[in-house]
Amino acid sequence: MKDISCKLLVIGAGPGGYVCAIRAGQLGIDTVVVEAKKLGGTCLNVGCIPSKALIHAADAFEKIARIARNASPLGISAGKPAIDLAKTVLWKDGIVGRLNSGISALLKRAGVKVVEGWARFRDGKTVAVETEIGPQVIRAEQVVIATGSAAIELPSLPFGGKVISSTDALALNEVPEKLVVVGAGYIGLELGIAFAKMGAEVTVVETLSRILPQYDTELTRPVARRLRELDIGVLTDAKARALSPDGATLAVETADGKVASLAADRILVTVGRKPATEGWDLAAIDLDRDGPFIRIDDQCRTSMRGVYAIGDVTGEPMLAHRATAQGEMVAEIIAGEKRSWDRVTIPAVCFTEPEIVTAGLSPDDARAAGIAIQTGLFPFQANGRALTLGEEAGFIRVVARADNHLLLGIHGVGAGIAELSASFALALEMGARLEDIAQTIHVHPTESESLREAALRALGHPLHI
Amino acid sequence: MADHVIKLPDVGEGVAEAELVEWHVKVGDVVREDATLAAVMTDKATVEIPSPVDGEVVWLGAAVGDVVAVGSDLVRLKVEGDDSRAAPKTAAPRMKAAAADSAEAAPPAKRPMAAVPERAPAALARREPAAAPPTRSAPFRQFAGGAPRAEGERPLAAPAVRLRAREAGIDLRQVPGTGPAGRITHEDLDAFLAQGPGLARAPGLQPRTAVEEIKVVGLRRRIAEKMAIANARIPHITYVEEVDVSKLEELRATLNQQKRHDQPKLTLLPFIMRAMVRAIAEQPNLNALFDDEAGILRQHAGVHIGIAAQTAAGLMVPVVRHAEARDLWSCGAEVNRLADAAKNGTATREELSGSTITITSLGAMGGLMSTPIINHPEVAIIGVNKILMRPVWDGSAFVPRKMMNLSSSFDHRVIDGFDAARFVQRLKTLLETPTLIFMED
Repeated sequence: MKDISCKLLVIGAGPGGYVCAIRAGQLGIDTVVVEAKKLGGTCLNVGCIPSKALIHAADAFEKIARIARNASPLGISAGKPAIDLAKTVLWKDGIVGRLNSGISALLKRAGVKVVEGWARFRDGKTVAVETEIGPQVIRAEQVVIATGSAAIELPSLPFGGKVISSTDALALNEVPEKLVVVGAGYIGLELGIAFAKMGAEVTVVETLSRILPQYDTELTRPVARRLRELDIGVLTDAKARALSPDGATLAVETADGKVASLAADRILVTVGRKPATEGWDLAAIDLDRDGPFIRIDDQCRTSMRGVYAIGDVTGEPMLAHRATAQGEMVAEIIAGEKRSWDRVTIPAVCFTEPEIVTAGLSPDDARAAGIAIQTGLFPFQANGRALTLGEEAGFIRVVARADNHLLLGIHGVGAGIAELSASFALALEMGARLEDIAQTIHVHPTESESLREAALRALGHPLHI
Repeated sequence: MADHVIKLPDVGEGVAEAELVEWHVKVGDVVREDATLAAVMTDKATVEIPSPVDGEVVWLGAAVGDVVAVGSDLVRLKVEGDDSRAAPKTAAPRMKAAAADSAEAAPPAKRPMAAVPERAPAALARREPAAAPPTRSAPFRQFAGGAPRAEGERPLAAPAVRLRAREAGIDLRQVPGTGPAGRITHEDLDAFLAQGPGLARAPGLQPRTAVEEIKVVGLRRRIAEKMAIANARIPHITYVEEVDVSKLEELRATLNQQKRHDQPKLTLLPFIMRAMVRAIAEQPNLNALFDDEAGILRQHAGVHIGIAAQTAAGLMVPVVRHAEARDLWSCGAEVNRLADAAKNGTATREELSGSTITITSLGAMGGLMSTPIINHPEVAIIGVNKILMRPVWDGSAFVPRKMMNLSSSFDHRVIDGFDAARFVQRLKTLLETPTLIFMED
């Protein structure tokens, strides 16, 4: 095949890569994007989007099941629901398919050429792509590596058979009777809660002493309480060992050193993700590393001139919106604009029940940085809208500098709170002070009022508590 | 350890509130008994508040410019022992310097200050042991400028500002932020773009867009209020006349040459004061205070002449009392003494109040004419302009004469134009023929 020459080559069409390619195309840059699987990457195909679809289905099912058990105070009755997970997965695949073709159309409109296949570096400006119709060589002036990340496998529990990754969990045809989740991070808990709601008997095994260890206990307490309500077993300070020879049970070493056997139909291993740095001859260009990740500077430049890297392959936090922001920035840098990474916060959402939102510093972070702070916490128990939704667990908490009331962090936990993450991040990016939040009218009755009340409380004069 | 609350003491004369004009301490300071904590200004005087005990300042109850009610908490000290909370002492106030003048008969200025009675009970209700209330009742105006950005700290700016700066090649760490908490605004960026980083930029005229906010407090606020009252209430009529002071200047030069060692060097002012005393004897209604609310004109027998004086803090009007009972030398000595006292800030409240008529003179800068604002509630003010050598037609030739204008304003409600003109013409006659000033009746 004839070699392709272009100005910009993007390797990987996940939320970092495809956005970078669209933006570059908009800016008139001759761009090629290479993707071995489907457009949209982990996020769209086996991550954010499908998991949220599954979580939504599980929510809907559990609400009806609760009503059927007469456990709902709403005065509604219903028959016992049933779920056909294969159909749910079909519905989910339909959403993913629509978004896949949407990305394809957007790339086309931006004038970006898509090459399907697996790319390998020959040198810093040249890759060879194994396509269905043979090898394709692409030469580019600038290269963006956006290869993403992959689930980490436990050596003692390799994926296959009963042992599944999050990708597999999103494609199950039926709800497992007994599900063991290894790893109580956000992916394991999101999926574990969803399967528990759909009727699975779920046990979570975590090596550390508590769930969601990246969050402070104040934030995770409402989630821990909800896990108990859903009868999800939580084993902390426990290590998953191996399957029994007949494959029926999982050996787990508990905190007291004993080994327990957990019966399991499926074992979902979610112990973290690693950067996808293998299989594309990264060694050929020998980029500097930052641990397992590719080292980048504040313009996403690697150690080689003309080679950029964005997204999960460059480090934590491994979040789609971080990759997207980086991809957009790099496209503009390549177009000759002056840009560099100056974001105040990369907000994050954990779609457990209830949801957790973090933006900026936690009180502990701020104190560790030696900043004198004022905090304010407002519980949803005192919020009218939360009560009418039957969702009174959780709170919003603000952290501000004591000397000038500049907001340093806004965190919250509560049902549906993910949609407030934008206002949290906006406040931090705009450099808002407590007074700015306090002087902004928040609509009644909404859960967002709790943000204003938290700010008022930090100022010493909350109204509704 | 215990809390010791110091309340704003009664500063006298039925004053219900005072404006805090200066803090001498800040939170965390250790103070000795009798050390000055703060200065407050009433309608009439500036008063220093001393500490009645030794202790550490843990809380300040007002910001500079706030009007504080008498009896409300002003300062909280942490002191040894535990006896003090039950009976908060009020420090004995020390009168120091008075504010802009205010006449004896003037009613106390009535200003609506709704915030004060509301705030006092709030402060009482919130009294918690030891812990200093961090924000109290005025959290929204506490950080006008915000804490300055520390070395190496990330500049605070909205994303759009950061983007513009990046595109313009500006390092935001170099840009001063005027927004809340030191936030860099689009306007700050505009100003920086216009002015450049200073010396590095090419010379030339640059527009400046900065706006500095200066709080009008203390004496300046008193002046502003008095001027506004005078200008709003009094329909001024201003009358300008020229005076030939050639003879007067000759007399003054002679007197200054022959004066005794203990006598003051004479300026023009004592002559004008003595001339005014004579003119007032014929028109006593000009030496009066008009209480327009009561509809009464109080005509004073004593002539107390206010002398407008420029000080570093602003306009002050020390008063020469009983000019009718002082000779030329005494008037001169008293003017000098009071001017010094006003400038040094040592003038007493009595020395700065009680005038019945005022002279305003810009001295050597005096200009051709001026439109003086009457010192309310007086009814007349005499403005003295600069002496210039001018050609004057004496009937046969132009002769050089020392000429000076008097620009005088009168309260037209109680002084008719005819009376105003008659008074100034009388002054003119007296000053042009200075012998008349000293003639026995």
